[in-house]
Amino acid sequence: MPCAATLFRKPAVGAPSRRTRLSWLLVAPLLLLVVAGFLVPIGYTMTRAVDNAEVTGALPRTVAMLERWDGNGLPSEQAFAALVEDLRGADDAQAFGAMTRRLNFELSGARSVMRATRRQLDSLTPPYAESLPTAVPDWDTPQLWLLIKTNSNPFTASFLLRALDLQVTPEGQIEPVPHDRAIFVDLFQRTFWISLWVTVFCVLLAYPAAYYISTLSDRGARYVMLLVLVPFWTSILVRTTAWFILLQREGPMNAALEGLHITDAPLQLIFTRFAVYVAMVHVLLPFQILPLYSVMKRLGPQYLQAAASLGASPWRQFRSVYLPLTMPGVAAGAVMVFMLSVGFYVTPALVGGLQDQMISYYIAFYTNQSINFGMAAALSLLLLVFTGALVAAARRLTPHIGPGPRE
Amino acid sequence: MRHILIAIAAWAVLIFLVAPLLVIFPLSFSSGNILTLPVPGYSLQWYRDFLFDGRWLPAAWNSMIVGLATMTLATGLGTCAAYGLNLSEFRGKRFVLMVLSLPMVVPLIVTAASMFLAFSVVGLTNSLTGLIVAHTIIAAPYVVITVLASLRTFDPDLMRVALSLGAPPLTAFRRVVLPLILPGVASGAIFAFAISFDELVIAIFISGPGEVTLPRQMFAGLREFLSPTIAAAAVIMIVLSFALLFVSELIRRRAERMTSARLKTPGGPPSPERNAGPRKALR
Repeated sequence: MPCAATLFRKPAVGAPSRRTRLSWLLVAPLLLLVVAGFLVPIGYTMTRAVDNAEVTGALPRTVAMLERWDGNGLPSEQAFAALVEDLRGADDAQAFGAMTRRLNFELSGARSVMRATRRQLDSLTPPYAESLPTAVPDWDTPQLWLLIKTNSNPFTASFLLRALDLQVTPEGQIEPVPHDRAIFVDLFQRTFWISLWVTVFCVLLAYPAAYYISTLSDRGARYVMLLVLVPFWTSILVRTTAWFILLQREGPMNAALEGLHITDAPLQLIFTRFAVYVAMVHVLLPFQILPLYSVMKRLGPQYLQAAASLGASPWRQFRSVYLPLTMPGVAAGAVMVFMLSVGFYVTPALVGGLQDQMISYYIAFYTNQSINFGMAAALSLLLLVFTGALVAAARRLTPHIGPGPRE
Repeated sequence: MRHILIAIAAWAVLIFLVAPLLVIFPLSFSSGNILTLPVPGYSLQWYRDFLFDGRWLPAAWNSMIVGLATMTLATGLGTCAAYGLNLSEFRGKRFVLMVLSLPMVVPLIVTAASMFLAFSVVGLTNSLTGLIVAHTIIAAPYVVITVLASLRTFDPDLMRVALSLGAPPLTAFRRVVLPLILPGVASGAIFAFAISFDELVIAIFISGPGEVTLPRQMFAGLREFLSPTIAAAAVIMIVLSFALLFVSELIRRRAERMTSARLKTPGGPPSPERNAGPRKALR
């Protein structure tokens, strides 16, 4: 390769640079992987939040027939026949299941009606407009038919609306869901407040610790810093496990409290909001200490000494001099801690009760347990928007401080 | 007086950080069946259980495979990308950097759910391959950052000199560039391994019953039945994390010595923030 050296020469201005091409060539593999394995999946998930293919997929003929129905009274015999034909031809159990889940999400009970209808198929004879309502009375009202017609649209806003505790009536009106099913607004508020309190506790605990370490000699700081770095490097699951064990009813914490005669019966510590706060603060505290320490270390003691020599009281030194100067560290850590806690899953899932779960718990629940991908996607989308808005706001308020690693 | 109060508060916080980890150690050596202190006596039975129970060891093995594969892929791809990013000022560089760092900003639960939905379409769920791909994506940005940082002190003229002396580009990279940026590459690699080895959320979504990793086995164990074997597993993971931290600190100190020997002026003093390495992937 005789000309290889020219690759690394500074290119002439305006000439298409070979170095640029080499740059792209080297960046391309990782970039492609991140685009294909990360951006595309995220984009796909966002479309799943509004995707509505289940009903059309399982009941294509019915949907086609219902297009001609104006929604008044009952549909024609052709629609009844199409429904029976669709259900008879439903050899794809997965598509059928997806459709019934989709309908049941909009109208609870729809799934059992569909299943009952499928069981009755063999006994049905034409005209179906008579035999079907006789076998399964629910087909005698327009409600189910309307539901199928509404959801033949390839897109739906109902998951996103439901994530905000709203729903669309069969008539197309948006209204709040019944009180007993309105959980999501509460969930978003809870996520926000838990994250906010965790952040506040982290700042309050990190401040003296970081300050103390910053006053030590380099050698001393190096050793004391290990007490922060070892937990920092230990996995979040392991640290949560530690609290899970500590806070058990017969666990070390209750044993200690009783041993010291502070309590005389074991307290319920695990599966409480208290446990969530303690474990989350423990897990996230290093993220607040590290940036705060680096700012304080750079600052040194001179500013405080200067303020003291000018006669400022210790409180005044702190409030008017030290706190404003260390604000970048507070902000950097707090943004990081808040962002991480908003998306936290493992710790609340393990040490919290059902009343202490955050958005992430429901994303996992809808993905892995109740198999409602639309709802999981809608909650993911809202969480992403929420986090994005937060990052933007943080950038706005404190320039040059964003989440994510800074060198 | 004020200083003593601050020191007491600081030590209280530091003890709060470390004590829960230390408490696990005696519990894991307990001869009893209940996780409580003081332990009735000491035994190695829970470590024996970890080794011979039939669930923990295969899980640890899976984690090892995924961790090492992730480390290799993330280090290779991340080092290439960092070198490319450092090579020239091309249009769209800021955008590329933003895209590459997105996996660190997006909440992990969103990443995990999205990967699950998309990977299941192409049949990458319930496989170690899918998990390795996912872990590589979340670990590679950290490699890019550490390598970019070490490239900042690298003099690009050295590469030009090597090439003008007739070295083929790959040889020049291997014999001139790589030794100089090795600390950055190595700490990125350790980081990538640690991220993968500790990662739970994506593993819950993507791996099936046949590919249980160590964190997943722990998570399942905590939800089913709290046996002291979990404490033993936790101790093993703490010791491993400590070993990784130790190695990366060694590398960092060596690199600092190398840098201060090589360049006296530019760049200013090493920032204390490097203490932390890149921020650890979490959750």
